[in-house]
Amino acid sequence: MSGMTLIVKKVTQMIGGLIFMYGLYIITHGHLTPGGGFAGGAILAGAMILLILAFGSGVVNLRKEEAQTSISESIALLIILLLALAGFLLASRVFFNNYLPQGQIGELISAGVIPLYNIFIGMEVAAALLTIFLGLVIYKEEIAS
Amino acid sequence: MEMIPELYIVIPLLGAFLIPVIGHFVKGFQKIFATLITLSLIIYSVWYFISGTEGQVVTMIGGWEAVKAVPIAIYLVMDGLSAFIILVISLISFLSTFYALGYMKRYTAENNFYALLCLMIAGMNGVVLSGDIFNLYVFLEISVIASYALVAFGTEKKELEASFKYQVLGGIASLLILLSVGLLYWQTGTLNMADIAHVLSDKGQSNALIFTEVLLIVGFGLKAAMIPFHAWLPDAHSSAPSPISAMLSGVLIKAIGIYALFRLFFNVFSLNEGMSVVLLVLGTLSMVIGGLLALGQWDMKRLLAYSSISQMGYVVVGLGIGMYLLIDGGSVAIATLAIAGGLFHLINHAVLKGLLFLNAGAVEYMTGTRDMKELGGLSKIMPLTSGSSLSASLAISGVPPFNGFFSKLLIIIAAIKGEFYLIAALAVVMNFVTMGYFLRFQKEIFYTKEKPAMKLLNPRLPFSMKFSMVTMVLLSLLLSLLVFPAFREIVLSPAVDVLIGTSDYTTKIIGV
Amino acid sequence: MTVYIMCFILFLVGLYGVLTRRNLIKIVIGLSVMEFSCFLFLALIGYIDNGLAPILKAGEEFPKYVDPLPQAMVLTAIVIGLATTAMLLAIAIRIYKKYGTFDIRKVNELKG
Repeated sequence: MSGMTLIVKKVTQMIGGLIFMYGLYIITHGHLTPGGGFAGGAILAGAMILLILAFGSGVVNLRKEEAQTSISESIALLIILLLALAGFLLASRVFFNNYLPQGQIGELISAGVIPLYNIFIGMEVAAALLTIFLGLVIYKEEIAS
Repeated sequence: MEMIPELYIVIPLLGAFLIPVIGHFVKGFQKIFATLITLSLIIYSVWYFISGTEGQVVTMIGGWEAVKAVPIAIYLVMDGLSAFIILVISLISFLSTFYALGYMKRYTAENNFYALLCLMIAGMNGVVLSGDIFNLYVFLEISVIASYALVAFGTEKKELEASFKYQVLGGIASLLILLSVGLLYWQTGTLNMADIAHVLSDKGQSNALIFTEVLLIVGFGLKAAMIPFHAWLPDAHSSAPSPISAMLSGVLIKAIGIYALFRLFFNVFSLNEGMSVVLLVLGTLSMVIGGLLALGQWDMKRLLAYSSISQMGYVVVGLGIGMYLLIDGGSVAIATLAIAGGLFHLINHAVLKGLLFLNAGAVEYMTGTRDMKELGGLSKIMPLTSGSSLSASLAISGVPPFNGFFSKLLIIIAAIKGEFYLIAALAVVMNFVTMGYFLRFQKEIFYTKEKPAMKLLNPRLPFSMKFSMVTMVLLSLLLSLLVFPAFREIVLSPAVDVLIGTSDYTTKIIGV
Repeated sequence: MTVYIMCFILFLVGLYGVLTRRNLIKIVIGLSVMEFSCFLFLALIGYIDNGLAPILKAGEEFPKYVDPLPQAMVLTAIVIGLATTAMLLAIAIRIYKKYGTFDIRKVNELKG
């Protein structure tokens, strides 16, 4: 599929990086402000989908990209399960235990293991949305040709 | 050592996410790994019965204890009924996975098949173990979305259309369940099932509660394929690949339809006469209409799918009679008999219908067609398949000494003793109708003369398919031993006691 | 009370879309509208008069907050709705390739 006009391309070049940083801000401040893993992951995926839409599908190698995002989604989920299991094995025998030290309410580094969960859930949601989008684009190119 | 209920969910989830990662690099990894996972689930579920765990095993996720006797964590509760259904899920999933090792060779993308199968098993285990009503909805959605993808796995024309119909109807049912979860939270202020039971026993009946119960019957009734919500089942179960048909018809409609419905109506809501009459009417309609619709089918798997609707009607009738008789003044002994008959028929039907679907898959593997008008005379070419199919057909039609006879006998005796004479008469008549269409099923496929247009695609069945079918025949013969008191005390009685003692569920968890 | 009745009207609008439209994509959109009405109903249940948004600040006094539990339920349900819609659309475009049309009156090979 072909890209869009020159104005769209220039504006996307300028603000694509800012959208990505905004998504990272929402993910890492998930325990202080509303948002967290899901919403931040969706914004990250939105930044990358905007790039592919503005510049056309020739800018990435579609099949290799889809294989990579599919595997990175599974790896992020495995790390979440391993974090939960680590709570089971190291500390008392319950899952999802909050075993890192908890600081004050309102600081950035506080609330135990919750920011780690937020980061990996954000990675997983972004990879999953990208895989869905790339799968649909690949299928559309197969039908059109 | 004590039981850890979270392992039932974590082990299949680990499998579902390791299989795409490692299967991308190492060929043939996914088959060994999926077999190992389902085998370990069987061992762990049988161990609950052998180790003699008494009562319930309650774990709280995150370790948050109850604050001033109000539970705030997500609870996982494993009692007699959950252990019974997890045993059924583990047995059928192991045998289906082993069968799929030989059957799925002609499909591409086998990696995704085993990952989706493990995800479906994890979702079903989560539904059965959850002690919290919103968690039940989340795990139900996980298993149902995996099953949408598995029904459409071959991407032929008919499979895609069947999957689309299944998805739209299943989506509406899930929405109704979500709406009733919201309505229950509005009335009681809590999401924990034991706490909801405690708050509702103080409040009594109201119109909003009756509206919520009706929405729940519609939502879960569509998942359990009761008449009149059955329209998706013949298409979905006949178009799916055969091991998936065995899993869907044998386990999924029981674990997320019948288990959830009766857990909510026995243990959470106080027993209500109007609702039990509604459930009895729906069960009888399913029994009758499902059987009559199966008489005119010429497609093998469509006949088996309509027969599933009919047998699910038997289970709902058995449990409904128990519910009606427990309302104050009834006889507890007859209610125990009816509920025991219903649960015994549940496990019988899982094994027998799974075996029949695997046989249909074997016939399709050899001849390439599902239409009974084009088949015939296969008993000489496939002796193992015809023998196991004959024993399953006789068992499900209620012929002694197979296991189907005992479970249907218990339900009919309970109906007669409880003075439900119309239901008992209809159950006996539909039994003979079931025998009618199953004998026609046997005759058309295996025993008439060979049709000239039929040709064989493969010379022999793979070993894995034969092993699964023979093991299921042995299982069905072993299950008839459950009538004797020695085995019944271990396996069936804890499940029945959980449903009979309706408010014991609450007192054991939060102690009020 | 009127907000709950408007949620119910939105549910009925979505149901009308699923039942009477012939195009497959319009059926998917109708199902999405039904889902959004359920999310709106769930989020409105937790409203308490004159309550603030439930965000903790450093400090000691805790003012009156709105109920945060239905908001967590709605977040989870939105992700589940996303997965359902993605599944439906993937099947719909494959049906277009095999049958050649989106019209639901022509997609009826399974009968009986």
